[in-house]
Amino acid sequence: MSEVIVITSGKGGVGKTTTTANIGTGLAMMDKRVVMIDTDIGLRNLDVVMGLENRIVYNLVDVVEGNCRIKQAMIKDKRYSNLFLLPSAQTRDKSSVNPEQMKKLVDELRNEFDYILLDCPAGIEQGFKNAISGADRAIIVTTPEVSAIRDADRIIGLLEANELKKIELVVNRIRMDMVKRGDMMSVEDVIDILAIDLIGVVPDDENIVVATNEGEPLVGKDSQAGKAFENICKRIMGQEVPVMEFEVDGIFKKILGLFKRGY
Amino acid sequence: MGFIDSFFRKKSSGNMAKDRLKLVLVSDRSNCSPETMEMIKNDIIDVISKYMEIDTQGLDIQITQTESEGGNGNVPALYANIPIKEVRFHR
Repeated sequence: MSEVIVITSGKGGVGKTTTTANIGTGLAMMDKRVVMIDTDIGLRNLDVVMGLENRIVYNLVDVVEGNCRIKQAMIKDKRYSNLFLLPSAQTRDKSSVNPEQMKKLVDELRNEFDYILLDCPAGIEQGFKNAISGADRAIIVTTPEVSAIRDADRIIGLLEANELKKIELVVNRIRMDMVKRGDMMSVEDVIDILAIDLIGVVPDDENIVVATNEGEPLVGKDSQAGKAFENICKRIMGQEVPVMEFEVDGIFKKILGLFKRGY
Repeated sequence: MGFIDSFFRKKSSGNMAKDRLKLVLVSDRSNCSPETMEMIKNDIIDVISKYMEIDTQGLDIQITQTESEGGNGNVPALYANIPIKEVRFHR
């Protein structure tokens, strides 16, 4: 009953790691047993986004090379005892692991977890091939920009060529005010172009920056992005949740905001 | 974008992005390398040159999308703009 999900994008900096951290935490919050694997060997980041950077002893490459057991390398989350992180190695490179080893590792974890999330590196080389090799399902993260969508399209083609059939899209960092002005592609535009199923829309939210600064994912918290990630988790679990309408601060709210600030 | 906006502005940047992206993706997906395009271009020049004198510098070919005549959405199309210098009449 376990599912292996790779979170990928092609282009770097669109929010793969943040998405992985929030989905992992959100699923754990909903009482699922979850492990997140950082497959970005050489450029590890999921540990800092989760605020677990000080607890690393062993890493993914140690497990693959047999220097330790899987259990020794997995770090338990600060808040949820059913959430684990398998960190990547910082001082090695992508060729330290191959797709067969990755698949074997993931299959061993299937017995113990409901969800195994793979945070994929940017690019379409070895690291990408490693990350997708054991996956049942893919979540593509993109932003409403030409370069990110172009790369996402390429990634979708490669996933389909690898017989990965369940591919869903997260449109990240959307700004409804800009969409309304016509200065940003809408979610509909993006879906129209990529022609895959949508699993969630995350607004551009300052709270994400704050949460990352603090090393604590904001899923479930009272913010637009937090709510959006919570909805994505529910959809991953098979629940039907309508896509929320993101508020653009209207004139009324702005005036209210002025009063609040005491102007 | 209201009526007045659309009157004064040429095209919203969001729509520009979408159109550019569509074009890029058509050639990305068609897997047509620049070398192949160059070969197609040279062959076209050879064929047309038999019948008329064309401006080879001004010749432009690209893969784009066009509305399908069968009504099943957009389909890829080879677009060629071939400026003619002089038509040779063979009687």
